[in-house]
Amino acid sequence: MGGSSGRTLNLTLNVWRQAGPGSAGGFKTYQAKGISTDASFLEMLDVVNEELAAKGEEPIAFDHDCREGICGSCGMLINGTAHGPWKMTTTCQLHMRAFRDGETITIEPWRASAFPVVKDLVVDRSAFDRIISAGGYVSIATGNAPDGNALPIPKVDADAAMDAAECIGCGACVAACPNASASLFTSAKVSHLGKLPQGQPERYRRALRMVAQMDLEHFGGCSLHGECMEACPKGISIDHIMQMNRDYVAASWKGEPIAKAGGAG
Amino acid sequence: MELNSSIPSGPLADKWTTHKAEIKLVNPANKRKYTVLVVGSGLAGASAAATLAELGYNVKCYCFQDSPRRAHSIAAQGGINAAKNYQNDGDSVHRLFYDTIKGGDFRAREANVHRLAEISVHIIDQCVAQGVPFAREYGGLLANRSFGGAQVSRTFYARGQTGQQLLLGAYQALEKEIKKGGVTMFPRTEMLDVVLVDGHAKGIVVRNLVTGAVDTHMGDAVLLCTGGYGNVFYLSTNAKGSNVTATWRAHRRGAAFANPCYTQIHPTCIPQSGEYQSKLTLMSESLRNDGRVWVPRRAEDVGKRPDEIADADRDYFLERKYPSYGNLSPRDIASRAAKEVCDEGRGVGPGGLGVYLDFRDSIRRSGEKTIAERYGNLFDMYQRITDENPYKVPMRIYPAVHYTMGGLWVDYNLMSNVPGLFVLGEANFSDHGANRLGASALMQGLADGYFVIPYTLGHYLAGRAPVGAGAAESPSARAAQADVEARTGKLLSIRGRRTVQSFHRELGRIMWDKCGMARDRAGLEWAIGRIGELRAEFWENVTVPGSGGELNQSLENAGRVADFLELGELMCRDALHREESCGGHFRVEYQEAGEAKRNDDAFAYVAAWEWKGEGQVQALHKEPLVYENIQLQTRSYK
Repeated sequence: MGGSSGRTLNLTLNVWRQAGPGSAGGFKTYQAKGISTDASFLEMLDVVNEELAAKGEEPIAFDHDCREGICGSCGMLINGTAHGPWKMTTTCQLHMRAFRDGETITIEPWRASAFPVVKDLVVDRSAFDRIISAGGYVSIATGNAPDGNALPIPKVDADAAMDAAECIGCGACVAACPNASASLFTSAKVSHLGKLPQGQPERYRRALRMVAQMDLEHFGGCSLHGECMEACPKGISIDHIMQMNRDYVAASWKGEPIAKAGGAG
Repeated sequence: MELNSSIPSGPLADKWTTHKAEIKLVNPANKRKYTVLVVGSGLAGASAAATLAELGYNVKCYCFQDSPRRAHSIAAQGGINAAKNYQNDGDSVHRLFYDTIKGGDFRAREANVHRLAEISVHIIDQCVAQGVPFAREYGGLLANRSFGGAQVSRTFYARGQTGQQLLLGAYQALEKEIKKGGVTMFPRTEMLDVVLVDGHAKGIVVRNLVTGAVDTHMGDAVLLCTGGYGNVFYLSTNAKGSNVTATWRAHRRGAAFANPCYTQIHPTCIPQSGEYQSKLTLMSESLRNDGRVWVPRRAEDVGKRPDEIADADRDYFLERKYPSYGNLSPRDIASRAAKEVCDEGRGVGPGGLGVYLDFRDSIRRSGEKTIAERYGNLFDMYQRITDENPYKVPMRIYPAVHYTMGGLWVDYNLMSNVPGLFVLGEANFSDHGANRLGASALMQGLADGYFVIPYTLGHYLAGRAPVGAGAAESPSARAAQADVEARTGKLLSIRGRRTVQSFHRELGRIMWDKCGMARDRAGLEWAIGRIGELRAEFWENVTVPGSGGELNQSLENAGRVADFLELGELMCRDALHREESCGGHFRVEYQEAGEAKRNDDAFAYVAAWEWKGEGQVQALHKEPLVYENIQLQTRSYK
């Protein structure tokens, strides 16, 4: 039934293998044979890994969990492109019909100094958690909330907030950016909460603190290349970076103490 | 073993209010002296950890993922129920309570479910205040949709990503508390055992998944918020990492496992496409608001293109069999109906294992744009996986394992029979009976974490001496850690010839065939024997490459599959002993005109199984289900 059901591919994989954070890594070549075009990219790696395991060799380590494009665990550079050739698609949702029989595929981890390699294709993205921790929330303790309908929110605002809130924190934006900037990730949260009335009390201090943390984590500055938006599997718009920059600048008129380091970009 | 449900006395609607007013409190200055270990960071775990830290407790939170934001609650699509009655369509706390009890086929506790319905309204308020971008009407008020098993619109949603948005709300609250120092977070850390001191849960043994280091963390209470065990079936809608290990290890230390055979098979999942398949993908139940489920009326038409089959030759079997609920019949009923038509040879797609979910009529009625607004992301996902365009051809769907209603036994306070060991969310057994209604899982996870445990935990801790600094050196803590290290060493030393995945796949096939949508005595007895053999082979012939002192995903998996191999057998035993059909548990011997036939006289109880040691069969304990407020009746959605 599927448009390409029944076809299989033989592929050559160039995979980055690295034993640990301190070790030197390098590419190793594997053959992936008889891969169904209806398999997902990660299922293709499962097949290769099970063959390795059966031989007593160490399988290729990669992060993955939900395999339905929402948890943000998976992510790798596939032929140099974050999450591979399909637009708005995570690695787990990329299917093998995107490739040709006989093709060589190069697979690498996210490359950014703020995302050190843990092993093979697994990287440490805890910097993202620390950016959220710096201010990506509304400070309301459980039990203090008024009725959900006490505060009407225009549908356009709720929809715009949801557009930003769809970010899955996979890190493709950082991997795609020539500067390894985390501006798209950070701005998505600044913008999500900044568009809602609930987010207003902390709007400016949130922007300042999250940007300061982003700089502390050694992400690069934003020079508006737009690669992040192209790579984002959820289609988060670069407009949110403008919003973040405006909030960051506006914070100074509001009398918020400006962090010493860095800038919004 | 004593099972005291601790249900407060008094009228049903007053129980929770009275209980809250009567239970013990911990003085604000004393809360910081208590350490609470929260295992899991999904809706239940993140909401509990954040809320307990807000109250002043010293919280440690653990997850196996690289970030707490990735717990599998994130994948819930459709929505969260709440008895707000914003639609003025007749909803009420009582109606949500009743629908949930009925949906669970009268196998859940009245008092717990009523509390859940009461709390539901506060959850929505809390999430809105956190900035969760729920769908809204043009007037700015919250929008609702309807879900299976209900005749009111009470489901709140955020596009097709409700779980994601609710989890991010809880995760952000958790990060806020991490920043303040109230929560210490341990990502990439897996719990492998519980430590009991004088019969109370006082610690956990964890393995750092990056370094392989095994450590014991002591505390004053342990909260297991570790989700369900659907991955025992290998193929399910769960995330690949979802596992039973935390609750199973607790079971082996004495916590009763309740109703393990109650598993939910979700009717709308994308059918399997090949042997390499690693998981099944859910298509939200909300699609049944606009999609119509059908198969060809005649088996000889299954090979035809769907547009070649005239309306008169289509069997809209849910609408035909259940005219008042139609396509929005509860999940267990819709799944069984789909299996039935496929068994009759009328299934479509590869292997005849599929039915159509067709949007043709709703696209004609409302336009493609409206349908795209409602379900666009789901349609895109379907197309990426199947290479078919659901705007043009009907989706093909088939039931798949989705949720597990069973779990560790807990009392009204969410405490297991092991004092100090609390179990929240899908990991416990308490609120959904034998079948969970759509949009109720998110409700339960957040109810437990935000609004139940903050009260009931204090009741347990009040007056107890906080655990001392040297507790990790206690004999039972050392013994538990030694057990974990020995087991890890054993898995690595077997060096057999068969991969972990291969064992898992075989177990999954046994479970699906014999303990899935339809179960019978002979099949279950065979499965119990076969699983025992498979488990024995596992411990002699599994191969786990690599070492224990590094990130080793094969080793993580091996430990989880070893536990599934024990759980699977218990599920079959539970299914075998329950000689009735109820909710998701369908014994082919017990049916009436194709519908589940309950036996309330003999089986209106919670089956709680007690671990009796390696190689022994668990002992069954029964907690009778007492219905004081509602009449047990045969469930009908006709």
